Amino acid sequence: MGLKRQDLAARLDKMIKGETSPALEARAQALPGHQVELGHDEPLKLDCGVELNAFTVAYQTYGRLNADRSNAILVCHALTGDQFMTGDHPVTGKPGWWRQLVGPGLVLDTNRFFLICSNVIGGCLGTTGPKSINPETGQPWGLDFPVITIRDMVRAQRQLIDHLGIDKLFCVIGGSMGGMQVLEWASSYPERVYAAVPLATAARHTAQNIAFHEVGRQAIMADPEWHGGKYQEAGKIPRAGLSVARMTAHITYLSEPALHRKFGRRLQDRKELTYGFDADFQVESYLRHQGYSFVERFDANSYLYITRAMDYFDLASEHDGVLANAFKSTPVRFCIISFTSDWLFPTSENRDIVHALNAVAADVSFVEIESDAGHDAFLLDEPDFRNTLRGFLNGCAERLGIAAQ
Amino acid sequence: MSPDQGLPATSAPAPENLPERSQLRADLKLIADMIEKGSRVLDIGCEDGALLEYLFREKQVTGRGIELSQAGVNACVARGLSVIQGNADTDLGNYPDDAFDYAVLSQTLQAVHAPHLVLEQLARIGRKTIVSFPNFGYWKVRRRLLLQGRMPVTRVLPAQWYETPNIHLCTIRDFLLLCEDLNVEVERSLILDERGRMTTARSLWWANLIGQQAIFLLRRKS
Repeated sequence: MGLKRQDLAARLDKMIKGETSPALEARAQALPGHQVELGHDEPLKLDCGVELNAFTVAYQTYGRLNADRSNAILVCHALTGDQFMTGDHPVTGKPGWWRQLVGPGLVLDTNRFFLICSNVIGGCLGTTGPKSINPETGQPWGLDFPVITIRDMVRAQRQLIDHLGIDKLFCVIGGSMGGMQVLEWASSYPERVYAAVPLATAARHTAQNIAFHEVGRQAIMADPEWHGGKYQEAGKIPRAGLSVARMTAHITYLSEPALHRKFGRRLQDRKELTYGFDADFQVESYLRHQGYSFVERFDANSYLYITRAMDYFDLASEHDGVLANAFKSTPVRFCIISFTSDWLFPTSENRDIVHALNAVAADVSFVEIESDAGHDAFLLDEPDFRNTLRGFLNGCAERLGIAAQ
Repeated sequence: MSPDQGLPATSAPAPENLPERSQLRADLKLIADMIEKGSRVLDIGCEDGALLEYLFREKQVTGRGIELSQAGVNACVARGLSVIQGNADTDLGNYPDDAFDYAVLSQTLQAVHAPHLVLEQLARIGRKTIVSFPNFGYWKVRRRLLLQGRMPVTRVLPAQWYETPNIHLCTIRDFLLLCEDLNVEVERSLILDERGRMTTARSLWWANLIGQQAIFLLRRKS
């Protein structure tokens, strides 16, 4: 937010010209971490009917796998997250999205657990997605990339977990879209998950959430630089469209009290209104900054595909319309956490999952954490959140005899 | 049994003077003693999870809890217990029949909106139900009403009428009549005196007078 007007103007200029930053490209190409090509032994059968015979999954691991391979936690990232949970991000140089929870001695204790986080299928940070080259054409997939679903993401992760030689995950955890993957994991592979922690999520994407996603997609597709999805070939980036998509989405991740506390009606680097359409207010400047910086690390087509995957998610519909059927006689221990000011994935949506789990007498804990941070609260280190999660994981680890290494 | 014919004799002897292995509240300890080892228990209104933790450690019980207060739920989950934030009036309907061996409602019945519906749900969810509540027929309660004309304030009913969470107080006799209506029978009953100790009563009339609290082990009539 310490962004000066000149800086913003320069960015805006760059945005209008549609230039890509060479330094950025170079950093993205020399992506650190692990990459594995899967699909040779077992094609990835997607919900849309397409089978991928070769696909790459990029992933990061933190901590060490213990001798009996019982301490692995799969972290599922959210819509615009990626495998770089902590440490400096290789593209943006900023700290990872879950730095407050992942690390030695932290809740997701890397001295005790082996953490795995992979970029989702359809993503843009090393895993196969619309930005990747379609082997049949030698061109980027673009909109020829098959539409993927949350279940497809989980299928790809399951192949990764097989590849890593892990029979049973100690825990699958994630917030928002990551929480959807957690639910899908518990439902599709209950025998391979000991504990599941869906955070700030829902078993289906609501009409309101689909509506917000549609605004974002329309913004991208309305950008002339999008070129019908073939912007890579045209050497362009639909910066304006993707920025607007991010700005809209970003509002939904916060809350009115949080915005008020952060910005109120304060002006940005000026004493009075300009009677123009510059970013007079701090909140405008902040959102523009969010939009611009997002473009530097995210692919517009990936944004279309991943938002679509969330829209299509309705776990009950995969089980005759009854959510409880998704968890029949499940052995998985669940801990569901929602946040009071989250209006994107409100407590009521989380509670619906709890009720479905109650209907099959599943082992479930549920806590609503008081926070004014909105949906993004799950990324933060709120004391009640931290203590609850730590208690749940400790309780599970104690029962399985997983000690610190 | 008919609520007008004395209480059934307590079938088990009073708990023996075993050394206390944890600091469990006396009435919760009596409830714990009613529960068989290795069973499945749902504790509604489990507060900070003291009973569930005791049952898990001492009786290898598979326990679940429901608690209204966020602080209570946080405390439970943070100590590794499976507890959901919820409320007895709205969150019992989803559980399947006979999901648990015991459904426990301790010191909560008088605070729910619809005690009869809650009790009905408990009897459906649990093969057996354990309910404890403060007895409004206790002699000190009656005395305060009779002599002072004031709403009673006692050790187990410490709040003034305008701030009490207890909105559906009943006497032991009222409770037994409700059980009768709901086709639920009493398997065991414990009457507790002012110090929370078990006491014996020769008749229901007497129990309803000297019992400050009561604990009932219930089952559906076959």
